[in-house]
Amino acid sequence: MTAMRIGFLPLVDAALPILAREMGFAEAEGLSLELVRDMSWATVCDRLLYGHSDAAHMVAPLAIAATLGLGRPPRPLSVPFVLGLNGNAITMRPDLAAQLSDGARPGDIAAIGRQFAMVAKSAATKLRLGVVHRYSSHNYMLRYWLMVSGLNPDRDVDIVTIAPPFASDALANGEVDGICVGEPWNSVAVDCGVGVIVAMTSQIWQRGVEKVLAMRTERLAAEPELAHALIRALYRAGEAFVDPARLDEISRILARPNYLDGSAELIAGAVSDRILFAKGQARVHVPDFMFQHREAANFPWVSQAAWLYAQMCLAGHVEPDSARYKAAKAVFRPDVYRTALSPLGVAVPGASAKLEGGIAHPTGVGTAQGRLILGPDRFFDGRQFDPEQLDSYLQNMPKN
Amino acid sequence: MRIAIIDESPARAAVIEEGLRETGLTDVTLFTDRHGLVSRIEALAPDVILIDLTNPHRDELEELLAVSRAISRPVAMFVDQSDAAAMESAIDAGVSAYVVDGMKKERIKPVLELAIRRFNAFARLRAELDEARSALADRDAVDRAKRLLMKKRGMDEAAAYAALRKAAMDSGRKIAEVADALLTAEKLMGGL
Repeated sequence: MTAMRIGFLPLVDAALPILAREMGFAEAEGLSLELVRDMSWATVCDRLLYGHSDAAHMVAPLAIAATLGLGRPPRPLSVPFVLGLNGNAITMRPDLAAQLSDGARPGDIAAIGRQFAMVAKSAATKLRLGVVHRYSSHNYMLRYWLMVSGLNPDRDVDIVTIAPPFASDALANGEVDGICVGEPWNSVAVDCGVGVIVAMTSQIWQRGVEKVLAMRTERLAAEPELAHALIRALYRAGEAFVDPARLDEISRILARPNYLDGSAELIAGAVSDRILFAKGQARVHVPDFMFQHREAANFPWVSQAAWLYAQMCLAGHVEPDSARYKAAKAVFRPDVYRTALSPLGVAVPGASAKLEGGIAHPTGVGTAQGRLILGPDRFFDGRQFDPEQLDSYLQNMPKN
Repeated sequence: MRIAIIDESPARAAVIEEGLRETGLTDVTLFTDRHGLVSRIEALAPDVILIDLTNPHRDELEELLAVSRAISRPVAMFVDQSDAAAMESAIDAGVSAYVVDGMKKERIKPVLELAIRRFNAFARLRAELDEARSALADRDAVDRAKRLLMKKRGMDEAAAYAALRKAAMDSGRKIAEVADALLTAEKLMGGL
């Protein structure tokens, strides 16, 4: 048994490393996993960068930010596995939500965005929206939605950072008017009656990259077999995650005090994509809410890293520059994923990048092995992102 | 050098502040309450911010440091980035620091080293206190169990203690655990 420490934040999408340990998939690969829970991404990141952990559950853009040296001395990280797509929602205070949606089911995200833009522009004081981290997919997906809806995310609203466990409180005490956060924290806000879900990030981008497994590039190069074993264990955990027969077992494991320390019932809602939009409503099944396994969801597409870099440029977090763009794309490591999974004989994409937002109907794709059909991955405005055309993409985004 | 200490443990914050003052660093402000933290930090514009690694508000703080005009481009650092052992000891101690751009390394290093020493000393003190508390509780349980055996079984003190010790050895438990079990049983059985 080789011991490995994995950092995580208490969120439903930390499921795969937790299940890899608790369901024996890691042990079957000769790994003894120790899960290290923290309360901020900064600390998860520091432990990883300075060798206190071997791998970490991480918001995808933070792995790129750490590599580029934003806020810290630069240290290259690698992402050989995506821990999940989407799974976040936008929850607003009930009186604001009532002006945007019916509060019972997913609405028309474009119409909700236009309506929100009107409300935000006529608000007496600027509306404040909380996201979980400056370099998070939450922040970039929210900003994308606001931009396309006709707002300037820097001028027309205030976007602030709030740690997930405090998001619901911040909504309750008026610190913010809305939050974009992962589960179970939207459900906690809904359950307390302080928030109503108005949109899910899967409505903004049907296959949006969310959390990743990050490792130090140096470490990955020194001990590739260790990473390969971990990737196989996480892949098996993904298979279990989507097995409806194991829902109760999975929710109970995640709810334990040393993991999410929360309600197994609320966690089961997120795992099974059954969302409660407002207190007193019935749960609604939202098929694409959280995407942890199917359609090679764990495959780290280089074009996903490229899209995130583009959003970082649009947000002014980095200056567009070809060397940095190259470094950002190199963070995602489909090569490692392929090598790790080749003994399992499972479907693995042959290409490393794709036209993001380019699939309208389920489409078969070329594979290195196995058969693979990818479902629609559209952005809500129909825009597509070609990683080869970064400059024109940046130029053509609406500047409000 | 203006220093801010953010710590939800007021006792630990005070211990670090005292250490800094002893070395002649007197421009020190403590923040032990989350409320309005970010705006108060911005108003203070410190050169160095010390914060414990488990503080859940580090991400909010980093957001402020990334956008603030008042504070000049601070970066997260752990002592000397080139010194791996020193960095590991900072993370082991559980302290992190943000230092504004341009601050000289030789001025920062003693501050961070002091913070690490004080963090470690505080953790040691707390561990010792916990240990002392549980030792007291153990002794109390053993004393009460002995008195119970003396009363119910007519043993003298030495025999009562020997009985507890034998039960502990036979079952591979600590004497205090056996004593606890005996007291619990007595409570449940109501003196039967």
